[in-house]
Amino acid sequence: MRLADDDFTLFGLPERHALDRAGLDARWRQLQAEVHPDRFAGEGAAAQRIAMQWAVRVNEAYQRLKDPLKRAAYLCERRGAPLRAESNTAMPAAFLVQQMQWREALDEADSAAAVEGLDAEVAAAECAMLADVAHRLDEAGDAPGAAAEVRALMFVNRFRQDIARRLDALDPAPPR
Amino acid sequence: MALLQISEPGQAPDPHQRRVAVGIDLGTTHSLVAAVRHGVAECLPDDQARVLLPSAVRYLDGGRRQIGHDALDAMAGDAENTIVSVKRFMGRRLADIGGREKLPYRFVDQPGMVALATRDGDKTPVEVSAEILARLRQRAEDTFDTELFGAVITVPAYFDDAQRQATKDAAQLAGLNVLRLISEPTAAAVAYGLDNASEGLYAVYDLGGGTFDISLLRLTRGVFEVVATGGDAALGGDDIDHALADWALAACGAAATDAQDKRAALVAARAAKEALSQATAADWSTSIGGRERHVAVSREQLDALARPLVERTLAAARKVLRDGRVTRDEVQGVVMVGGSTRMPLVRTLVSELFGREVLTNVDPDQVVALGAAIQANALAGNARDGELLLLDVIALSLGLETMGGLVERVIERNTTIPVAKAQEFTTFKDGQTAMAIHVVQGERDLVSACRSLARFELRGIPPMVAGAARIRVTFQVDADGLLSVSAREQTSGVEAAVTVKPSYGLADEQIAQMLKEGFTHADEDMAARSLREARVEAERMALATRAALAADGALLTAEERAAIEALVIETGRIAAGADAHAIEAAVAALAEGTEAFAAARMNQGIRQALAGRRVEEI
Repeated sequence: MRLADDDFTLFGLPERHALDRAGLDARWRQLQAEVHPDRFAGEGAAAQRIAMQWAVRVNEAYQRLKDPLKRAAYLCERRGAPLRAESNTAMPAAFLVQQMQWREALDEADSAAAVEGLDAEVAAAECAMLADVAHRLDEAGDAPGAAAEVRALMFVNRFRQDIARRLDALDPAPPR
Repeated sequence: MALLQISEPGQAPDPHQRRVAVGIDLGTTHSLVAAVRHGVAECLPDDQARVLLPSAVRYLDGGRRQIGHDALDAMAGDAENTIVSVKRFMGRRLADIGGREKLPYRFVDQPGMVALATRDGDKTPVEVSAEILARLRQRAEDTFDTELFGAVITVPAYFDDAQRQATKDAAQLAGLNVLRLISEPTAAAVAYGLDNASEGLYAVYDLGGGTFDISLLRLTRGVFEVVATGGDAALGGDDIDHALADWALAACGAAATDAQDKRAALVAARAAKEALSQATAADWSTSIGGRERHVAVSREQLDALARPLVERTLAAARKVLRDGRVTRDEVQGVVMVGGSTRMPLVRTLVSELFGREVLTNVDPDQVVALGAAIQANALAGNARDGELLLLDVIALSLGLETMGGLVERVIERNTTIPVAKAQEFTTFKDGQTAMAIHVVQGERDLVSACRSLARFELRGIPPMVAGAARIRVTFQVDADGLLSVSAREQTSGVEAAVTVKPSYGLADEQIAQMLKEGFTHADEDMAARSLREARVEAERMALATRAALAADGALLTAEERAAIEALVIETGRIAAGADAHAIEAAVAALAEGTEAFAAARMNQGIRQALAGRRVEEI
């Protein structure tokens, strides 16, 4: 086990997109219980420094693995199909039209319920796209195809952040 | 895995040398100190059996001070020189302090942090807080009749980097070894969770005198994981006092103009508010401008005044549920912390929001200090291994200023600490050789709406065409939630770094100077103190290393082992002498010489943990 190991090796998980979230969380707590600086509070600066490095590394891997989008991007990169999201912004026309419709719907939504309704619709679309990404990565061996889809998902993700900001302003009652 | 298990029989040189570590809740209204005694956390009382120390400091003539109850008793007659609720000024500039015209102080506007003019000179909030902390340290040392190994100090979860740093400075100034800063709601969850053997998702609603926090925590077999946190670092019971005082003054047609009257109106408001937690009617009565004034206050009236403020806490609670992506029904319990949660209105509205009766079976004043004491005990190595682990988050996003006064977020709020993250930037002009780096904290997109934490410059970038330089800026947040930032130009290797110490934070030398001037150790010889501290550190390191050799010596070759043993012996020899600097150097050499060994042991521990897990799975 080394700091330079990849995220999956570090967490002792098979390198694939499908993942058991509860198992990942449990593994994270278990690893932090080993490496957290508080475990070495009574020791010298050297142990503290190493513990800090490890705790940071474990948290970094956990942040990446637990987020389906970041996990997909990581897998694409490891399979030779990096996203290059900055330079590669080409999107299918149908997807762009969809985006515009969503943006319009958000502009027109005038109640928390309407915004929440839109969010549910976008979340369902996001979920379907992620399932496709998982299929391309885990079954079809199509990393370039998955990378293209991940780039599209990044737009969806940003749009959901805009929805969340809008909800913060409207401040609805919490769902049961 | 522990590299050091000092409490194991036969390893500690003297079994009576149990380290005394305390938890301190440095509150807006009250402060407390707690410690684990005989396996149970308890708040330590003063010589009159009182556990709450009012967070009040009165400056007298000739450098004398009154702290706590004495200061509070004298406050009405000497409001200007009696500082209360100083926590609200920690790490703040004058412009940050809302409603200051209603406060009886003479504020001194200075770059960085505001100061307060007293008859004993200008005092920063850090100095005032240090007086309170020093008093609590004394109380603990008297109780145990020994010096303290260290302290865990609690801060509101929503405190930003500047406020955390100010708190740490105050503790250092009070002569405390800070083992860790922890968030108040997290501390409360530890005390509550361990006491009630709770598992699952809990919310902690913490409304104190001057700050509000709401945290969601997941409790799993001794691991306390903060899922999301939010709040308002300038909202608390004090604000309700102000609203009630304003209303009562208007009702009786009086105006509070001088320091004494302003304070008197607030004191009467607080008394009426507290009475209304039990009764449905109370009296606001005090003397303003030399005339007795009485106004009858009903609970309905108080509720009407407090409601807008409580609504703000509810909005923050709703936001935390959204941030944590949890529904209110997933929350198994809502723990109420802070004196202001005694108000019936608060309990009713929070119960309504979460759709369940809130938990009030903890002492809202003591639970934070008790949780801090439990963590302090664990960090001092007194607790059994593997019992307790806190995984906290940063409450506010950290970022950098980019073109056009916009914020580029580097670390998002609610990210588990410790964390490090790097982002690459480039130059925008041909031949640009320096880059200004401005670190900010907050959730807004405009730099002007966020808190400025630090500015520094990366110089000596070789001239290149615009966009060719690759400047990697790394943010690192440690387990105290404190930030350090470094920048490095990738092609040339030019580097610059800052530990984000806000310009108004005290520099280490300043603290050393103040200590020397006898701020808290008037009777102590500084040289003797530093020698003793160096020896303790040397002994601690030597002990830890011997224990590590005993446990995992097999990881070393014979030569490596001999080298480390030689360093241990050398450290012991030098520690017997009287040269503090030489001892520090020996300890540093020992730390360096054992670094590879420590890394190997860490790797082994992780391998074993994962291996154990696999066996379980089969």
